[in-house]
Amino acid sequence: MTHAYAIGAVAAVAVTTVAVGALGLRRARTTSDFYVASRAVSPRWNAAAIGGEYLSAASFLGIAGLILAFGYDVLWYPVGYTAGYLILLAVVAAPLRRSGAYTLPDFAEIRLGSQVVRRLASLLVVLIGWLYLVPQLQGAALTLRTQTGAPHWLGGLVVVAVVLCAVAIGGMRSITFAQAFQFWLKFTALLLPAIAVLSVWHQRNDTIGDGYPTVPRATTVTVSSPTTVRVEQPETLTIHGAVDGRPVGGPVTLARGEHHLGAHTRVHLQAGDVVPVVTSLPAQHNADWLRPLGSGQDHPLYASLSLMLAICLGTMGLPHVLVRFYTNPDGRDARRTTLIVIAFLSSFYLLPTLFGAFGRRYVPDLLLTGNTDATVLLLPERMLAGLPGTLLGALVTAGAFAAFLSTASGLTVSVAGVLSQDLVRRGRDPRRAHRIRAFRLSAILAIGVPYLLSLPSERIGLAAVVGLAFAVAASSFCPLLVLGIWWRRLTDAGTVAGLVCGGVLATIAVLITVVGGRERGWIGALLEQPAACTVPLAFVVMVGVSLLTRARVPADVGRVMVRLHVPESLDLARARPVPDHRSSPAIDRSSHPPPPLADVSTTSTD
Amino acid sequence: MNANRVRITHPRTEAARRVPARPVIHEIDEQTQLGEVYMTSLVRSQRRLALLICSLTALLLGGTALVGALVPGFSRLRLFGISVPWLALGVLIYPLMIGLGAYAVRHAERNERDFTELVEGK
Repeated sequence: MTHAYAIGAVAAVAVTTVAVGALGLRRARTTSDFYVASRAVSPRWNAAAIGGEYLSAASFLGIAGLILAFGYDVLWYPVGYTAGYLILLAVVAAPLRRSGAYTLPDFAEIRLGSQVVRRLASLLVVLIGWLYLVPQLQGAALTLRTQTGAPHWLGGLVVVAVVLCAVAIGGMRSITFAQAFQFWLKFTALLLPAIAVLSVWHQRNDTIGDGYPTVPRATTVTVSSPTTVRVEQPETLTIHGAVDGRPVGGPVTLARGEHHLGAHTRVHLQAGDVVPVVTSLPAQHNADWLRPLGSGQDHPLYASLSLMLAICLGTMGLPHVLVRFYTNPDGRDARRTTLIVIAFLSSFYLLPTLFGAFGRRYVPDLLLTGNTDATVLLLPERMLAGLPGTLLGALVTAGAFAAFLSTASGLTVSVAGVLSQDLVRRGRDPRRAHRIRAFRLSAILAIGVPYLLSLPSERIGLAAVVGLAFAVAASSFCPLLVLGIWWRRLTDAGTVAGLVCGGVLATIAVLITVVGGRERGWIGALLEQPAACTVPLAFVVMVGVSLLTRARVPADVGRVMVRLHVPESLDLARARPVPDHRSSPAIDRSSHPPPPLADVSTTSTD
Repeated sequence: MNANRVRITHPRTEAARRVPARPVIHEIDEQTQLGEVYMTSLVRSQRRLALLICSLTALLLGGTALVGALVPGFSRLRLFGISVPWLALGVLIYPLMIGLGAYAVRHAERNERDFTELVEGK
């Protein structure tokens, strides 16, 4: 019965997404509509759409799971996700909008006029996009498996199918509305259960105890694959299956230390039993869990600060974020939209913290399997008995699916845009039909590859993988954007050197962490959180090589600077007659005097 | 609402690669030359604001991290039964970031207004 509600919720979200997409179809008639959703998008809708696209599986499921497992230090993730927009607002929002760039490669070309830089930026967009898509699809698989018992490959496939449907028929236009809708769905889907959970907790007058995490009531945990767990204090548990290689079927006394559980072993925990913790997670005392830097990692202060740097500076380099700024009317509105985004995110991120903290008390058995990303999904049903719990569980499932769909579709559109422009569509066939076909083909490529990558199941937390995508973005695109906007002497050679240096180092660190597993000590800390080293290095290289190649400063840098920084109102008043909307439908009233670099071509209206 | 909706076109790559179809708009050129000094001052004031916001953000986040790491008593503080570090990082830091954002928006717009008045007043 529980499954029926959850499946219904997922189906409802999928159908609504495609339906909203189809609604936009009637208007998506030209290539420009198809890509940039035209201009009929108000700032608040736009902010909701940005929020909808940004709040991914990592935010919706991952943070609460990490908080359950690691405690206080994880609070830095949501703070960083929000602070990223603050930095974006202060440093790049308005100039980026005024540049008229639709993608990061566009910006690179507008600013530096170099095809090499453009290609390099395209490669990085695809890399970061894929890195960000993999955890979304893994999250979908996890959600569907937890809530309905579906096989591992199905959840991701559902997301792929829905995203491709919505993207193929509607393009960008539909996605703006679908994204805004999904932001409110996600917010509601966490808010209502949070209120319910809070009131239940208030009645119970319960607190997180001082010892190791214990289950609040009798719980049976089934270990699906062989698992090594750590027991902090000796205890007797009823276990069916295999412990340390011996078959067991009844009470077993586990000594302090590590124990190996065979596949399909069932562990029956009684109320008050301490939960054995899988060795990939810290088996902390609750007091350590509560305190700063108590998560038992090596060099936790470095890890926290480096993570903050990656997220704060990486946000501006995420491929799907920039696209949204293009639908703002002008630079001023781009700033205001960003401020609304910060307010939306601030409200949203109060909730995962709540779920994570309650999760420590009410679903600590997830520590045994390491499946902590399921915290948000399981908590409502555990705390509320009967139908209300089931319904809230279904609502949370719907929200989680909205999270995968919105982020995945935003990323797919961005990656596909870059692929179709720079990598798939060779030649200059200007026909609209050809362009749109290339775009659709690229969309399949854009989400198909990460789907295949997501299939080998990895046990790294969702939020951690997303953090790595941020590290790559911060080490490559952040220096490009910051220096491109604020420093006239940036050259193409300097940019290439900086992008290659930062991008390659961060990517290597990511690959080692994802493929090779965790190292201890400083090396492990550096590889897991590379940003604190790679970001300054990328800046230094970019500045240094630019200074060495002074002769290569683009000749039109002055004009580009005018375009980036001068408010639109001035140009409207001074340099341009009020555009005649009927005769020149393609003129962008907000961009600066028809930028010579990016010729405004008329759209076909046939 | 849609009466004066304007359709725009993404500056597509091949458009950008083409030699500019029209001569460089005279007004831009004029503005670049006339307003070089003004431009520098505008960019400088906006850059100063951006740096200020970044520093304040770094101070806010870094400060919270350092207090948590270096002040041992901090983690044991409680307010209404809730751990103060959790309250600070889980709740209180958000309104502060919104405040910083609002400050950034207000001052960036003021810088632009000043610039507009300066240029138009001439």
